[in-house]
Amino acid sequence: MSATPAAAPVALTAEGVTKAYGERRALHGVSFAAHHGERIAIIGPNGAGKTTLLQILAGSLRASGGTVSYDEGTIGWVPQQPALYSKLSVAENLRLFARLEKRPDVPASVERMLDQTNLRDRADDQVGTLSGGNRQRVNIAIGLLAEPSVLLLDEPSSSLDPRQREVLWAFVSGLAEAGTAVVYATHNVAEAERYADRVLVLADGELLFSGSPRELEETVQGAAAAPDFESAFVRFLHERGH
Amino acid sequence: MRWLLLKDLQILKRSPLLVGVLVAYSVVISLVAGVALSSGPSKPKVAFANLVPEDKSDVALGGRRVDATKYADKLFEKVEPIRVKTREEAIQKVKSGEALGALVVPADVTDKLQGTLGLGGGGRPTVEVYYSAENPLKTQYVKDTIDSTLAEANAAISAEVLRESAKYLNVIVAGGKVALPLVGSVDILGLRNARKIIDSALAELPEDAPERVALEQVSRFAGLAADNLDLSKPILASISKPVQVKRIVVSGSNASFSAFAAEAAVVGSMMFVALLLAAGMLALEREENAFGRLVRGLISRTGLVTEKVGLAALAAFVLSAVMLGILGALIGLDFARAPLWLIALALGAVAFGAMGVAIGGVTREVRSASLAAFVISLPVAALALVPSGAVSERLYDVIRVVSGAFPFSPCLKALDAAVSGGMLLTPLLHLAALTLAFGAIARISLRRFA
Repeated sequence: MSATPAAAPVALTAEGVTKAYGERRALHGVSFAAHHGERIAIIGPNGAGKTTLLQILAGSLRASGGTVSYDEGTIGWVPQQPALYSKLSVAENLRLFARLEKRPDVPASVERMLDQTNLRDRADDQVGTLSGGNRQRVNIAIGLLAEPSVLLLDEPSSSLDPRQREVLWAFVSGLAEAGTAVVYATHNVAEAERYADRVLVLADGELLFSGSPRELEETVQGAAAAPDFESAFVRFLHERGH
Repeated sequence: MRWLLLKDLQILKRSPLLVGVLVAYSVVISLVAGVALSSGPSKPKVAFANLVPEDKSDVALGGRRVDATKYADKLFEKVEPIRVKTREEAIQKVKSGEALGALVVPADVTDKLQGTLGLGGGGRPTVEVYYSAENPLKTQYVKDTIDSTLAEANAAISAEVLRESAKYLNVIVAGGKVALPLVGSVDILGLRNARKIIDSALAELPEDAPERVALEQVSRFAGLAADNLDLSKPILASISKPVQVKRIVVSGSNASFSAFAAEAAVVGSMMFVALLLAAGMLALEREENAFGRLVRGLISRTGLVTEKVGLAALAAFVLSAVMLGILGALIGLDFARAPLWLIALALGAVAFGAMGVAIGGVTREVRSASLAAFVISLPVAALALVPSGAVSERLYDVIRVVSGAFPFSPCLKALDAAVSGGMLLTPLLHLAALTLAFGAIARISLRRFA
């Protein structure tokens, strides 16, 4: 990577994104930009609007207002629950989505993802027979089929054991180093601290903070030192009435 | 869209139990319905005790003897008799469930019949019928069968009496021989011959003979009586069948019962297959969490609806066409009209597919979708089969409107017109309109599907 993430070109821009379900507003004018090679973690309490924001960025949910734009390339979307057909094999799932993504060389795309996710030996197994971790790997592989310039992941490590998490984050970090902008939502604040260049703090649909984990800690250290990042995050929310 | 269709077919291929049930269901239903329709109803078992002594089974009717037991044969064409010797045995057969009913002909029945025919007075002959009330439907069937057969026997005896009466009238008018009990064969002069004799006697009498006036009166009476008795023969003949029935179809089709039952079986099976597949496969996209991934640019929501309708319609069309082919061969439908069958089946399958997708879109879960498909389709099919006149006019209008809002009724009408003749275009247009309406409902329901 030739430039630090913040200095790299913008891959994704969200401007005043809002979402309302009747009277209830799930998102209030969220704006941010993601740069190529940048890893952005969206954190916040339950019901903050993290998944809604990612779904809007991915194009699977329509925003009530605001705009989302990408500089070039495609968007890879990895939903929280594996979006796979359990009666099809790993290879068949990859082949189907490669065809739907209109990949120029479908067999090559499938082979590449089988290699990248280390699932070659399970290629012919039905997805329904895989462990949660392996299903998530296939889920991510499908999100990467189109070689996206922006990868959106919703709670990607929630069904993985610690070892699989390490593998996942190493893989995601590798993608970011190759220039992919990675935006993910997580409940695991420690993961955000370790694997994010920037965190977005959402609460009740409002973007409260955008900056590095260190900057978030510094924001609350003015009042009283927090022992760790998670404590700083909780105190940050508390200070803002959440 | 074709990749998604292939994917669904692949998933169905991996679900042999589901596909097996759907295919076996259609084939078994068509075979059972076909065999049942082509073989006719099975005869119910009825215990039969004829207590009339063998030497008393004849009834004297005019100059000849009629065997009254021959009328029992008519009954045996419609029931399977279990012959027993006593009344008690017959009743026991009914109580034990071996027979659905029992018919007992008492020993005095021919004597009483003879008395009635000879105008000798006495009680009317009576046969006894015993029923089992265990199954009201079967009881009604046996009761109706015995009653209608006895009515036929009564009519046949009445016709015999009338034939004999007409012969007597003929002899009285034209003269001839009559066999009478005890006396034997007797020559009857007849009214016309009597008049001839009187007229020839009158011709030889002088004009002023005092007997002439009386003889002329007798001649006139003989002439008038002969003419009027001649007229009474057709009147007597009409008494045996006072009312004739002329059957004219003023609305609906000329379909036979077998053809209509086959059409209903095919449309019913098509409905279940299409609704379950369409509703289930759309709901499956959500249950597998694939919907959100698909509609973010890989396929449009309208495309998804179209694909599911196409999948369900294809499967339902193939299965219903096979069913109709089997049934057509078993009950002898006119295969020259097969292209029209296929048009009706195709539009029906598409309409049911659209309805199924609407159910899947609204319910959003496979189990709820399957349950809703059953819960909605069963009463819809039942309502569509309610005949006019079975309920009040206002209620029937409501039923017609409700049935018209779902594909079963127009699909049945279209298939009936295709198989047996009639207006095909109207039900086809109806099905097309329902396809659009249900497709629109499905498309709208996908807004809150993810």
